[in-house]
Amino acid sequence: MFETPEDRKYQESHEYATTDGETVTIGITDFAQDELGDVVFVELPEVGDDIAQGEEFGVVESIKAVSDLYAPISGTVTEVNEELFDRPELVNEDPYGEGWMLKVDRADDADFDALLSADEYREQTE
Amino acid sequence: MNHDQARYGDDERYEPLLSEKDTTSVDVDEQSPLPDDLTRDSLELPGLSEPEIARHYTRLSQMNWSVESGPYPLGSCTMKYNPSFTEDVAADPNGAVHPDRSEASLQGTLEVLHGLQDYLARIGGMDAVTLQPPAGAAGEFTGILVAKAYHESRDDDRSEVIVPASAHGTNFASAAMAGYDVVELPSGEDGRVDLDALEAAVSEDTAALMLTNPNTVGLFERDIVEIADIVHDAGGLLYYDGANLNALLGRARPGDMGFDVMHYNVHKTFATPHGGGGPGAGPVGVVDDLVEFLPSPRVCETEGGYELCEPEQTIGKVHGYQGNWLVLVKAYAYIARLGDEGLEDASAKAVLNANYLAEQIDYEIPYEPFHHEFAATAGDRDAADVAKRMLDYGVHPPTTKWPEFVPEAMLTEPTEAESRASLDDLAAAFNAAMADSIEDVESAPSKTTARRIDQAAAARNPRLSWHALGDEE
Repeated sequence: MFETPEDRKYQESHEYATTDGETVTIGITDFAQDELGDVVFVELPEVGDDIAQGEEFGVVESIKAVSDLYAPISGTVTEVNEELFDRPELVNEDPYGEGWMLKVDRADDADFDALLSADEYREQTE
Repeated sequence: MNHDQARYGDDERYEPLLSEKDTTSVDVDEQSPLPDDLTRDSLELPGLSEPEIARHYTRLSQMNWSVESGPYPLGSCTMKYNPSFTEDVAADPNGAVHPDRSEASLQGTLEVLHGLQDYLARIGGMDAVTLQPPAGAAGEFTGILVAKAYHESRDDDRSEVIVPASAHGTNFASAAMAGYDVVELPSGEDGRVDLDALEAAVSEDTAALMLTNPNTVGLFERDIVEIADIVHDAGGLLYYDGANLNALLGRARPGDMGFDVMHYNVHKTFATPHGGGGPGAGPVGVVDDLVEFLPSPRVCETEGGYELCEPEQTIGKVHGYQGNWLVLVKAYAYIARLGDEGLEDASAKAVLNANYLAEQIDYEIPYEPFHHEFAATAGDRDAADVAKRMLDYGVHPPTTKWPEFVPEAMLTEPTEAESRASLDDLAAAFNAAMADSIEDVESAPSKTTARRIDQAAAARNPRLSWHALGDEE
């Protein structure tokens, strides 16, 4: 079974977003990393770039496939997990922790309402 | 089938590099006119005898796979055996003339090139052909640029190219490179183009639909006439990806189906060597309306001879001169040797071989009736593992995990070159790999020179030049 923590919300295209009230952390789900297989390369935007909900913000490449990443919320990138450039395997090993991808200044609270709850996402992946 | 691939050296290094076998310092001419910081006083070169060199390269070839060491049923790639007589033709010194010589002194090579343009036009049902593009993908890109030039000449601003989800990845790339937005067309339930989905996808923005027929699981697009009508009614052009032309030779022509522009993979259909990054050829054929946009120069017939001519609204050059002569002359020789009957026979046997092989293997094949290739599924096994296990039985495996709409796909194309006995060997390898224990399959291959490769490590830490071979990291 895949982990689907309750402390975050999910998008159909398998990205998650979680917030501490200030910034939002974005990454891909446990299910997604398992489907992809060994991740070998991650391409992410730069600090200061704007991302928009539902729009592509980067690319994740595994030994099986190259997939676009879609932003679960809109905002301005404040931090990028540069560790992934040297250790893309962190996406596989710890997708919700060390394998995070972006931290974003959230533009709109309503963005979260459009996302799936952990239960709803779990249903989609079963 | 007992099979062990050759191994020299130890488990880690196989055959040593030439530089590891010997390094002899060679003094170089100090009188060089080049600046000092660009020159060296000595060169480190391997000082080996001719037999040592010959053995080195023979060993490397024995540690590798080729169609000369066994069946090579790589689906979609058409790894046809390259008959050696075409090498003799390419090696003929009469063809070794510089293309900058005067046209009068180039009449022989121009005649061959013109002859190939004609052969290809006739085979594809096209009105004119350019031989210039240096590879299949370059041909696609050229074809889409020609389509774009056609629309632009009519002040018809179109922004989209439609590509079926099952298409070759190069289709998406060629359309995007040419500046188009790519609209992906989902496959219908029967594995073919869904006419309703196509109707919904076309619009006044549609510049072209790119299609291969038979498609990437070997199915003939039965509705091709309706497909052509839908695209043409919307003002778009129909592009034929020649990757699967081998199935049609002598029986059906893309031009007759309504295609307007196509490329030919001469390394697939006409048995020239696969480029592997070296010189290749991907000629492009077009119907009359598109001729004036073809790359320049083309070879045109004059009264009593041939000349280089420039299409009026040419998109320009996509490669030097008339393309890669040494590849083109092999395609010409192959077509001339086989003739109409031979080409028709080749495609008949390609289809027969694929269907015979499919009957011999214990795999489900979800989409039928297929032609020159079929997509079997490895079911609950990982297609890549099964493929690696097949290497242990002395055959090259099929293309794996593609097309993606076939789960754990093994896209198989034996080509017409294999005999029944060799197809039986291939089938035995398929079936043995599926019957083996999951442990054997997941740890395969065990009898090849290079054992199981760590794909993730290779992709994460690529070592892209021989200099990196010494790096421990």
